[in-house]
Amino acid sequence: MNNLLAGIIPGEGGLEATGSGKYNIAIGLMALLTVVGVAAGVHSLYVGHEHTFGVSRGVPWGILIAAYVFFVVTSTGLCIVSSVGHVFGFQNFNPIAKRAVFMSIGTIIAGFLVIAFEIENSWRMPVGNVIGANPTSNIWWMGTLYGAYLFFMMIEFVMLQMDKHKVATGFGLAGLLTGVVAHSNLGAVFGLLNGREFWHGPYMPIYFITSAAMSGCVAIIFFTYIAYKANGWKMSDEMKKSMEAVAKMGALMMAIIIFFTSWKMITGVTGQPPGKYEAMQALLSGPYAMNFWVGEVALGMLIPFIIILAVKGRNMNALFIAALAGMVGIFFMRYDLVIVGQLVPAYHGMGLVDYPDLLTYIPSLHENLVVLGGIAFCGLTFLMGEKLFRGHVSENH
Amino acid sequence: MKIDDLEQMESEDLSTLPSAERRKFLKFGLAVTGMYLGGSVLSLSSVKNVHAAGVVPEIGKYPYSPHYSMVLREKLCIDCERCKDACVKTNHVPHYGFRTTILEKRRSLGGEKFETTFMPVLCNHCNRPPCVRVCPTTATWKDEKTGIVVMNPGRCIGCKTCMTACPYNARYFKEETRAVDKCDFCLEARLSKGETTTSCVEACPADVRVFGNLADPESRVSQLVHSPETMVWVLRPETGAVPNVFYINS
Repeated sequence: MNNLLAGIIPGEGGLEATGSGKYNIAIGLMALLTVVGVAAGVHSLYVGHEHTFGVSRGVPWGILIAAYVFFVVTSTGLCIVSSVGHVFGFQNFNPIAKRAVFMSIGTIIAGFLVIAFEIENSWRMPVGNVIGANPTSNIWWMGTLYGAYLFFMMIEFVMLQMDKHKVATGFGLAGLLTGVVAHSNLGAVFGLLNGREFWHGPYMPIYFITSAAMSGCVAIIFFTYIAYKANGWKMSDEMKKSMEAVAKMGALMMAIIIFFTSWKMITGVTGQPPGKYEAMQALLSGPYAMNFWVGEVALGMLIPFIIILAVKGRNMNALFIAALAGMVGIFFMRYDLVIVGQLVPAYHGMGLVDYPDLLTYIPSLHENLVVLGGIAFCGLTFLMGEKLFRGHVSENH
Repeated sequence: MKIDDLEQMESEDLSTLPSAERRKFLKFGLAVTGMYLGGSVLSLSSVKNVHAAGVVPEIGKYPYSPHYSMVLREKLCIDCERCKDACVKTNHVPHYGFRTTILEKRRSLGGEKFETTFMPVLCNHCNRPPCVRVCPTTATWKDEKTGIVVMNPGRCIGCKTCMTACPYNARYFKEETRAVDKCDFCLEARLSKGETTTSCVEACPADVRVFGNLADPESRVSQLVHSPETMVWVLRPETGAVPNVFYINS
């Protein structure tokens, strides 16, 4: 066992974490917030979600689902970005690959943590998913495949650490395939619901995969920059070139997402399609307008896109600002998608009296704390990973 | 190129094609034409008598026995809510939820006048239930015998996908059982114990709710939905769920 661990955790070489006071405080803070989040989740489990969460009969999915989607999309994206180098052989993407694989594991576990507290009886899942497996259920596919995905990514990471690159590539490909199928099924969870016009259609799975690629690019720039800045390391030229390549791929993905979002807007508004129109209007000019225009469009799409193009992907500080804006904006994208899709009530447009035009949802304190816990857990894994794996440096292979 | 060289080159016009090549080409052309002709004939001949499909299943085509349905004669509803009370009592529905409820529609009759209609809604026990399709653990399914969409609360993980998938807001999460709950046509409370109606049907004083076996041509539900000059509709047909709760205007 010790020999196995020694083969995986590098004792020397690579980059050494600072171990400074600030670093330790950061780790301590992340750990504390994780515990707070878990405590809020356990408390909710004990007293019942209906007393602690803001979800309702009409809006059963809240910020916890949005956070889960955020983490899982980011994880799949990091897997995609890491596979561009490892699986498809684009040398430019190799320097960021190890960190990307590690963080794809970190983010998916954070996602599982968040959803474990969202689902009322999560302990029934392992049994229920097996004995009651339902192949027409996208949730079933997603749950099963993400389990397999986590397994493949963990093995890939171990293989990378042990320098067994051929095996790592094999598992990387397996992880990529299961991740992409699992992720499109997550999109299909929303897209195949005939009753929810805002979500229904082939767009969701496609949008989710493209969005994942964008998130992955943004996330790896974000994590790499912080790792180097926080520890006082200097980026090698290969690393800078790698960041530039990732940033450009990210910009391309943003362009596609801008295109997708524009057409989603247009199809949601033209001809006022019932069910879809009311939801779209909530985003464009209604209660979620700030979320949409400032959060999604400005922070999530336009600002990062413009910054990356302006510096041609070369200025690391600018790239970080773009990545930071992107991460925040992407969270808004997930939140708006999950919530707004449920706001149009079932019997809309029937001339009902005392019937809301749009339902409402506000995240509760407990929900916010669990999300914070998930984010903190992600940060904790990140910081500890930098220390344990000495900066995820990969030799040229 | 020089003119002499050009003259030496092989001619590329049709005069140099051997007749074998020409025959091959003609055969190919005939084969393609034949396929098109055959396809067109086939496609025309497969057009059967396409009659307009209504919301009520065709007589004789009932997959369930008994094929339980409910007919709602909404014009007679007075919103007394006795059906809701009966349902709550019979099925232990908590105060924060409902298995059936009554919605109010208002229609303008011009000027200041308007017409109010009360519309009871409940689980439609759809023939293509979106809730059954999405459940990851098969905690809900359509009973093979009766067609009732039933719940197994012990299997429910509380992911609430069925609640999001249902186009009719028929499901809610019940704290007491830690599972999603919905109307089961009183299967557990009454039908399985020998009764033949649901409690809401029995409680209604205005004969709004009619329950029975759609597959039995003698049953009242069957006769109601097949009465001439009656408008029969279902809620949100565009979702493709094929509900088994019918609204009529008689």
